[in-house]
Amino acid sequence: MSIEIKTATLEPIRHTFEHTKRRFGDKPASRYQEASYDIAPEQNFHYRPFWQPDKELFDKSRTAVVMEDWNVHKDPRQYYYGTYVQARAKLQEITESNYAFFEKRGSAGRMSEAVRAKIIRCLVPLRHAELGANMNNMFAFSNGTATVVNQGFLYNAMDRLGIAQYLSRIGLLLDGNSTESLTLAKEYWMTDPAWQGLRRYIENVLCVKDWFEVFIAQDVVLDTLLYDLIYRQFDDAITEQGGSDLAMLIEFMQEWHKDSSRWVDATLKTTVEESDHNRTTIKRWVDDWREKAVADLAPLADIAVGDTAMAASLDVLNQRLAKVGL
Amino acid sequence: MSKAFIALQDNEESHYIVEAIEQDNPTATVIYQPAMIRIENEGRLVINRATVEEKMGRDWEIPALHVNLITLGGNVDEDDDQFSLTWKQ
Amino acid sequence: MSNRKINMKEKYRLLTRDLDWEYSYRDYKEVFPQQEFEGIKITDWSKWEDPFRLTMDAYWKYQAEKEKKLYAILDAFSQNNSQLNVTDARYVNAIKLFLTGISPGEHQAAMGFGQVGRQLGGVGARVACQMQAIDELRHVQTQIHAMSHYNKFFDGFQDFSHMHDRVWYLSVSKSFFDDARTAGPFEYMVAIGFSFEYVLTNLLFVPFMSGAAYNGDMATVTFGFSAQSDEARHMTLGLEIIKFLLEQHPDNLPIVQRWINKWFWRGTRMLSLVAMMMDYMLPNKVMSWQEAWEVYFEEAGGSLFKDLARYGIEMPDYAQTAIAEKEHISHQVWSMFYNYGHATAFHTWMPTEKEMDWLSEKYPNTFDKYYRPRFEKWREMEAAGERFYNPTLPMLCQTCQIPMGFTDMEDPTSIFYRQSEYDGERYNFCSDGCKDIFDHEPEKYVQAWLPVHQIYQGNCGGPSMEDVLGNYYKINLGVDNMDFHGSPDEERWNIWHNLQPAEDKLKQAS
Repeated sequence: MSIEIKTATLEPIRHTFEHTKRRFGDKPASRYQEASYDIAPEQNFHYRPFWQPDKELFDKSRTAVVMEDWNVHKDPRQYYYGTYVQARAKLQEITESNYAFFEKRGSAGRMSEAVRAKIIRCLVPLRHAELGANMNNMFAFSNGTATVVNQGFLYNAMDRLGIAQYLSRIGLLLDGNSTESLTLAKEYWMTDPAWQGLRRYIENVLCVKDWFEVFIAQDVVLDTLLYDLIYRQFDDAITEQGGSDLAMLIEFMQEWHKDSSRWVDATLKTTVEESDHNRTTIKRWVDDWREKAVADLAPLADIAVGDTAMAASLDVLNQRLAKVGL
Repeated sequence: MSKAFIALQDNEESHYIVEAIEQDNPTATVIYQPAMIRIENEGRLVINRATVEEKMGRDWEIPALHVNLITLGGNVDEDDDQFSLTWKQ
Repeated sequence: MSNRKINMKEKYRLLTRDLDWEYSYRDYKEVFPQQEFEGIKITDWSKWEDPFRLTMDAYWKYQAEKEKKLYAILDAFSQNNSQLNVTDARYVNAIKLFLTGISPGEHQAAMGFGQVGRQLGGVGARVACQMQAIDELRHVQTQIHAMSHYNKFFDGFQDFSHMHDRVWYLSVSKSFFDDARTAGPFEYMVAIGFSFEYVLTNLLFVPFMSGAAYNGDMATVTFGFSAQSDEARHMTLGLEIIKFLLEQHPDNLPIVQRWINKWFWRGTRMLSLVAMMMDYMLPNKVMSWQEAWEVYFEEAGGSLFKDLARYGIEMPDYAQTAIAEKEHISHQVWSMFYNYGHATAFHTWMPTEKEMDWLSEKYPNTFDKYYRPRFEKWREMEAAGERFYNPTLPMLCQTCQIPMGFTDMEDPTSIFYRQSEYDGERYNFCSDGCKDIFDHEPEKYVQAWLPVHQIYQGNCGGPSMEDVLGNYYKINLGVDNMDFHGSPDEERWNIWHNLQPAEDKLKQAS
């Protein structure tokens, strides 16, 4: 059957959905826009949560910061589910081949006993901290109001689970799958004085009820310090001690942090710039958590890199905060 | 006994999986519906990695099953070599 | 160094379960404050059996593969203007209902699984829920993308998100998910994870999507089946949560059974919309609603409940009522929507002679006896230029929020009707199932945002139908609503295909 179509009659009757038209104008919208903006319910909720009867679902009062419109945020990476998983799939493919290469050429065996022990003491216990980061980001995801903001937290949460799993695999690569390194790393996490500060910090953030404060404490303050300390400074220190092959195993974390920071910075900037109220509130959280984080991380910084390491990471955090006027 | 079942998208890769299921579950029934293939068997249905690999002529991992899976019925047990669906009653 | 081999189960345990630790700086109950108030007793989370063993690296890899395939098809679909290949333009109304009624539910499910993915105290369960949360986000987003092209050529898709918060029939699905999300974490899991995902979603996704394929809609069948490939994981999770709760403590059994009863009924009521989509909105038929119900509820659900009997779980209350209703439900719901076709953002119509014959054949006990005469009458009225619309506002069931139009299975000609009194007010119900749900938690269900009440109270834009439908709902009156025959959708479709308008056809036929 042949269908005769006059091309003139096949003109679309509209360019995009009304919700994207209202926000971005009457023109074709991107997939990111159509599936991220204004798709969360906003009113006429039926029942109040049993677990929090003083609030509604999607209640804006679950954080002290206030946005006239949460949908003014934008993820610079423009991740929706499809672009997110494809970006991560690319990164995991490289990681997989790095890990296979590391194993195939027996890199673990070519590291000195001291280097291996140091990685197990200073890096592998982070698998537990990453699970905490996963839970904190999941908390922010499930308590926020606008999908365009929330989805970033969901992707971050899943990324942190992935990183916890890569860190565990690093342990298994170093101990030849005996799992001893994971047992040892957990002992460090639970009892080693160098790790107790970080563990306390994470457990404290798990009890915070304001989701934007959780974002500040975890993704802004702690991650900036920790990723600089471990994935830059510790990586350099291990390389100097003859463990340069570690770089192959942590490339994912380094690349991920670069990627994630663009979203963290944008989310922070938009919220801070909204009002003086937000700036003051966020500044108070930053001051508070930065002080705790520096104190809690210092013992780890000392054993992982040396006594100047914490100050160097703090510089990185302060520079980052200065960019958004904090 | 209840029927364990699985439904797969009707595509090239699924055809090999269906062939493997038919070989490993001789009493299974295969039903073709628009865009999908449903396979059911009394009590238990298994998919063996080795059989699928033999049909495809290449490596294949059990988690890859999920790419073409539509639905299933039965208690799932999954390891490196086998994916099975079982009703205990 | 030669490495020891680690199998999938052990590796998954090390990479997921072993990440957790016992808190010592804060109390476990501070971190998981929602775990106890529902009365569920958990003695040992380590007994949780992982329903699937997918680490994030494999998740990214396989999901990216699925997404690549899906978007390649969506791109091809729009580039080739494949909307022209669907059986006829009436079909598109089914997916309007899908985008406005079902896709926002996927979004709600994402939020709900995010909530339990943070609040459950066991790491294995949390991680499984988190994967479902991100999958559900995938579903709402891929559905929006699949419908995006239809939105450019048909009316009624354009304001799905605004409508979901307001329009009367969309309140059925919104209240369903609001109900689950406002419950505690374990009820949520039994509601959505088990009762909906395991027992009922097959009815939505499997036969309906196969029907979409049969009606030439490659976009919908592709997102539908691609979503279902995640659903198999979700079903396994739903089953595991039930087993886990029942194995943890005998006191959990009555609570879980009550939740299963409630959510089976709530889900069945919501799916009556899908029954109508299957029997009336797919021009090419794959199977009737009754047949789908028999395969996916009576047979598959039957096996499931037989399997769960060892834990003391029984078939849900009112399963027998739902089974009796399978021969009626699609006709009754289609009648309601046909009645109120001026107040919907999709088109309705009377089936053709051939379609009525198919219904007679598929529903030999009910269609000719109860429904065909009424439908033929409505068709005659339409041919005479007096298409029937019901000008009154319907009374809604306080629980499911569907208009009171379901009949008594003992006497299928009379409307079923129940009432309860609470705090000096009377509340109406369409069924014993809905009344039971209310009676158990009246303080919850009196809060319902009932669309018709809200109109009467003046909360929906004003007193006139134009105020409510046009300004408040944002239905484009005379465009999105009313009968398919005479709609702009139909007119454009006929121009694209050089067909004569249906009006002329009707004249010729009569």
